[in-house]
Amino acid sequence: METQLIHQLGDELYKAMVARTTIAPLTTTHPDITIEDAYQISLRMLENRLAAGEKVIGKKIGVTSKAVMNMLNVHQPDFGFMTNAMRYDDEMPISRTLIQPRAEGELAFVLKKDLRGPGITNADVLAATEAVLPCFEVVDSRIENWQIKIQDTVSDNASCGLFTVNEAAAIDPRKLDLATVGMVVEKNGKVISTGAGAAALGSPVNCVAWLANTLGQFGITLNAGDIILSGSLVPLEPVQAGDVMTVKVAGVGNCTIQFT
Amino acid sequence: MSITLDQATIASLAEHVENAELECREILKITDDYPNMTFADATAIQWEIRRRKLERGNKLVGLKMGLTSWAKMSQMGVEKPCYGFLMDYFSEADGAAIEWDQYIHPKVEAEIAFVTNKDLRGRNITVEEVLDATELVVPAVEIIDSRYKDFKFDLTSVMADNSSSRGFVVGSHAAASGDFDWSTLGVVMEKNGKIVELGAGAAVLDHPAASVAMLADMLADVDEYIPAGTFVMTGGITAAVLVEKGDCINVRYQGLGNVGFSFV
Repeated sequence: METQLIHQLGDELYKAMVARTTIAPLTTTHPDITIEDAYQISLRMLENRLAAGEKVIGKKIGVTSKAVMNMLNVHQPDFGFMTNAMRYDDEMPISRTLIQPRAEGELAFVLKKDLRGPGITNADVLAATEAVLPCFEVVDSRIENWQIKIQDTVSDNASCGLFTVNEAAAIDPRKLDLATVGMVVEKNGKVISTGAGAAALGSPVNCVAWLANTLGQFGITLNAGDIILSGSLVPLEPVQAGDVMTVKVAGVGNCTIQFT
Repeated sequence: MSITLDQATIASLAEHVENAELECREILKITDDYPNMTFADATAIQWEIRRRKLERGNKLVGLKMGLTSWAKMSQMGVEKPCYGFLMDYFSEADGAAIEWDQYIHPKVEAEIAFVTNKDLRGRNITVEEVLDATELVVPAVEIIDSRYKDFKFDLTSVMADNSSSRGFVVGSHAAASGDFDWSTLGVVMEKNGKIVELGAGAAVLDHPAASVAMLADMLADVDEYIPAGTFVMTGGITAAVLVEKGDCINVRYQGLGNVGFSFV
């Protein structure tokens, strides 16, 4: 794909995000789009956000669960960038900033050391992790009706919307079995799903290592201080104004998100 | 809901269903022939099967709840739990090579089990009261084996069939009831080294102890209770996974090690 077209598509996605509208799937309008093109488009979309004053404060890995992999018919994860404008704290109300949001319960890793692949192992990830936090990621798509293939979601910054973390529940990763750690998600007071760490590529630690190694190929580092969203442990749940959701993580704590 | 079948019919249906278990062969669900039978009828059939086994010299070693998770209810197309009993010969060892041929079409599901230390009797028992009456909590895997063709049944049929009970394996790492939040405790099931199912305790009626309370409630319908010292399996956190001869199952429990076994 030509640079000019990559810029045009990245700009269109950014404008759609700002205007809270959607565009047709890029895989429909540009059927030859590759995943490599898609990453370049996502970087262009990010440039727009940075030009508007946002700062990158972390990264996310997406498409880590069997359910989402089957939905997209793709068997590898993807990644996106988290900015300060996307970050909310526990119980902070969230009002109309999204288009077609879906919430997912995750673990967020706060790093105390840089991680730059290749060659990052799970031991490196654990040694570089300051704390693990309960987290909701609210994914959102700038593509019509979530009709996404892998190239669409990668272009669209891995369908990042925003995220909520509860810093008060931060825990030292050495105090937790991250593969079996249980998660319960409640929506408006009712349990809607449960999961465990292994839902994300076998362990959230695997996810962070994958992310460090994959971003390393693009010359990108996971930086000390970054918040890393390690992938959903439960199915995606559509949300609307008025919904309150709580994620409970065994031995860690809760995080609540409310849509107003 | 009351008993509508006469005693002779209850006895004959109990023999029919139990023989399917003993002879390791599948039968059609009994509601095909008795479409109007009630849950109370099914309960009476199950208790008659239990009486037959005790009379034969089998020992009762515990109770179980079935269909307590939304995953299981939707998998089986029912909307309410059921219970059953566990006999001595259902028990298999942690780490065992289990003979597959003793089952019809076995499935496994990961559970959390309780051993009580006080009688639990009556209705409206709370989660806190169950925890207070708990000697220990232990991971356990149930081997279910519905006697019904293709595991196809309704709530009435499955209740009569002792809620598909046929086997269980208890893990080796027990805990006190206050050691963990049993609703968020994570469980990961692997078959032949691959993750096949996972979840957390709240998949069972929002809290596994709520399943024990519901068992006491259901037993009150027949003027029974959960005596102190009872081993209670609370129902699958995960959906049931079909197993074949040669399969290895390993279930990892957060903070409680694993339960593993194979079918030979």
